[in-house]
Amino acid sequence: MAEKHSPLAQFEIKTLVPLEFGGIDASFTNSSLFMVATVVVVSLFLILAMRRAALVPGRWQSMAELSYVFVANVMKDTVGSEGRKYFPFIFTVFMFILFGNLLGMLPYSFTFTSHIIVTFTIAAVIFIGVTLIALAKHKLHFFSFFMPPGVPMLLAPLLVPIEIISYLSRPISLSVRLFANMLAGHTLLKVFAGFIVSLGVFGIAPWAFVVALTGLEIVIAFLQAFVFTMLTCLYLNDALHLH
Amino acid sequence: MPQLDVTTFVPQIVWLVISFTAMFLVMWKVCVPRIGGALEARQKKIEQNLERAADLKAEAEAAVETYEKALAEARATAHEEIAKVQADLKAKQDAEEAKLSQSLHAKIKEGEAAIDKALRDALAGLDAMAAEVAQAACERLTGDAPDSAAVNKAVADAAKARQA
Repeated sequence: MAEKHSPLAQFEIKTLVPLEFGGIDASFTNSSLFMVATVVVVSLFLILAMRRAALVPGRWQSMAELSYVFVANVMKDTVGSEGRKYFPFIFTVFMFILFGNLLGMLPYSFTFTSHIIVTFTIAAVIFIGVTLIALAKHKLHFFSFFMPPGVPMLLAPLLVPIEIISYLSRPISLSVRLFANMLAGHTLLKVFAGFIVSLGVFGIAPWAFVVALTGLEIVIAFLQAFVFTMLTCLYLNDALHLH
Repeated sequence: MPQLDVTTFVPQIVWLVISFTAMFLVMWKVCVPRIGGALEARQKKIEQNLERAADLKAEAEAAVETYEKALAEARATAHEEIAKVQADLKAKQDAEEAKLSQSLHAKIKEGEAAIDKALRDALAGLDAMAAEVAQAACERLTGDAPDSAAVNKAVADAAKARQA
């Protein structure tokens, strides 16, 4: 019982349907459930909103267009027009993380973005993809990226390793930022929610705090999805234009 | 910490790949083209309408220009007409005036001639009357009728002297 009230219990992976394909554990868990739910919710939202694409949009169509225009603007500001063909991927990343975060705000739900393995997998795919795009576009010239122009040769032995390390740490910082924000926010909510009942009448104080924190968490859910998308765009811009 | 439970990593990655790929395909093939198409159609419509508005505006301006030109022309024609009518009237009036003054002059001359003649007649009668009066006066004074020729001469002399 005590374990169930631990602030970290909400992050536990529970297997719902044990599955295995060719020796690979593909069990359907609560995390999988919310991933699938995210896909279904986003797809239904966008498809139903655009079912009758009107010239003058209604409320739902406005929201769908708003999300599209938002990501398109972030891309245009950071990557420019060259990034147009990567838009569907960037848009998917944004919507997947945003709705993953927001669905995680529902009571009794599960936030799959609070697991480092999930955020790291996304970040790693982006990192590898962006590096491959850069290599395909600039060939060996890509490695000049690690030597900023206008720097004296003398500093090269110091600067190049720093640049390489900072480049390699991109997927880590990208994934840890999202994961840590989600983990910290949800843990904090749970901790303060636990005080409400145990403090009796004075529980009103942590209750008010939890209400405020919930609002903040919704903002963070949006902000982290935005930051993740924005950084992905910046990395893509580096890959396309090097410096 | 459940996040560090390595046994849960593989199923999470598997389902992440499955769901993310599915969502990417839906976004790529259905949602992005649909929303992009709707936005593009709207942009096109707006541009078309703006273009049409510019066309209509140009048309209206051309119409206003034509109207103003026609107005100016009409005004010029009217001015010309008025000037012409005024000139005509003046010429007619001048001619009539000249004719009238001519006839008046003629009448004045005629009148003057008549007055002259009457004056002369009167003056001629005056001589005879003066001679008669002088003869009668002489007859009363002297009881003797003077020679009418001598009286006539004397009256004519006196009139001449007076006139001189």
